[in-house]
Amino acid sequence: MRHQRRYLPYLYLTPALLLFGTFLLYPLVRSAQFSLFSWDGLGASEFVGFDNYVELFTDEVLRAAFGHALVLILFFSVLPLGLGLVIAAILNRGQVRGLGLFRTVVFLPQVLAMVVVAVAWRQIYAPNGTLNTALRAVGLDELTRTWLGDYTWTLPAVGMVGTWVQTGLVTVLLLAGMGRVPRDLFEAARLDGAGAVREFFAITLPSVRGEIAVALTLTIVAALKTFDLVYVTTGGGPGNSTTVPAYEVFQRAFREGAVGSAAAIAIALTAIIFVLNVIVNRIAEGREE
Amino acid sequence: MSTSAAERAVNYVILIVFAAFALAPIVTVLAAALSPQSGAESAGLAGLHPGNFVDAWSEGEFSRYLRTSVLVAVTVVSVAVIASILSGFAFGTMRFGGSRVLFYLFLLGIMVPAEAIVVPLFYDLREVGLTNTLWAVALPQIAQSIAFGTYWMRAYFRTSPPSLIEAATLDGASPRRVLWSILVPIGRPAVMTLTVLAFMWTWNEFLIPLVMSPNGDFRTAPLALAIFKGQHVQATALLAAAAVLVALPVVIVYLFAQRHFIRGMLEGAVRE
Repeated sequence: MRHQRRYLPYLYLTPALLLFGTFLLYPLVRSAQFSLFSWDGLGASEFVGFDNYVELFTDEVLRAAFGHALVLILFFSVLPLGLGLVIAAILNRGQVRGLGLFRTVVFLPQVLAMVVVAVAWRQIYAPNGTLNTALRAVGLDELTRTWLGDYTWTLPAVGMVGTWVQTGLVTVLLLAGMGRVPRDLFEAARLDGAGAVREFFAITLPSVRGEIAVALTLTIVAALKTFDLVYVTTGGGPGNSTTVPAYEVFQRAFREGAVGSAAAIAIALTAIIFVLNVIVNRIAEGREE
Repeated sequence: MSTSAAERAVNYVILIVFAAFALAPIVTVLAAALSPQSGAESAGLAGLHPGNFVDAWSEGEFSRYLRTSVLVAVTVVSVAVIASILSGFAFGTMRFGGSRVLFYLFLLGIMVPAEAIVVPLFYDLREVGLTNTLWAVALPQIAQSIAFGTYWMRAYFRTSPPSLIEAATLDGASPRRVLWSILVPIGRPAVMTLTVLAFMWTWNEFLIPLVMSPNGDFRTAPLALAIFKGQHVQATALLAAAAVLVALPVVIVYLFAQRHFIRGMLEGAVRE
């Protein structure tokens, strides 16, 4: 706009900047500041330098929490990507009807509150819940267990919930990407006698690199941020077997009076998410050049 | 493209199996919500027990918590959408010093998880006596939605034809008029997408209302469900009915505006 007064853009920015700055940027900086202190939330605080960060590597509960987050990435991200690639590639090859309805259905888990999802899966995993009942019905009684009370199986059980939530998102994303690949590319490959598998690796996979990058970012970040799911299904238990970084932030800041430690975990988590985003964006950009 | 009948059959099998996998937990909850309560004698309606919804509604005080959720959601969505339209307009159509740096700040904000801000938010707002108010619950979520909203609306305003803006300006229209009488009406789909996404995020948010309203004055519906779960461990039917009540508002909006949800959540993740 030509006759624009100089202060005008800033005027339009003011409400957003004020709210965003006060309630997001400023608390983020405060978190970084908190992380350098030892504070129980009530009394005096003591400057401890980077001790809270050193604790990320020395505290066994925290090491376990980050380890669990890695396991969750497997279930939230790697597994859905594998499943999504196969499903989307197959659906993209053939003309199937009802894809619209399919999209609506598989995307649905994304819009449900995590608490609702957790309640649903608690009923599936209950001692007399859907899963054990189904196992008994087909005679696999020895496989039944208390899915959410078992040191070995609870973390994978929680992870499966993530797989359920994320697979639809990944599939819909990949379907959209594959739909943009020119049809004649596939035709040409078939004329050359390429089978379904070669076609997948030669054409489909390279053409959705950008979508894969986006899918990985979204799902890895979701895995790292997991809080409600653990809070409602297991409370980090049994023992500490399903605790995750975000859950430790909450516990330490509001239950155990270790506010500095909580802030350090939160900042570390944020840093990891930033780095991941940068890496994935680099990869996605590399494709376009 | 030619596909054999066998291949097509396989496709349909995959389509159905995967859709069933996505639906199974939802069907489980719905079935549980309509099943008889343990120890209850009533015969129900054709074997179904819709009365569970009434019982869950009153026992969990969901009328109160759903009202809180609506209040929080309306506050967050209206403030965040208006602020995002204004900032997106500035970033998308005007040139000014510092615009790049400022825009990167908002982009950075999209990535910041609630966990990273909630600890100082609680202790600082407690200091000024703001915890347990609508603002403690709403303002942090407004800030989060503004980060995404600014990015989203900027992307829309950048695609609006400059000739349109120039023509209107030559006709003597002020920037305010250009924005509200021309660009926003044309950009209704973009605004709509932002609105439904912000509504869903706010409705489903758990950590912020959990922390910012420790005495439960501003307890939202998902939190009420988590507490209801703690009190009704054995009452599967009631708990399932309560879960359906909490999920329903977003699901209804989703069914009517699913294109917006899918578009926003997928395209919104693609940064430039």
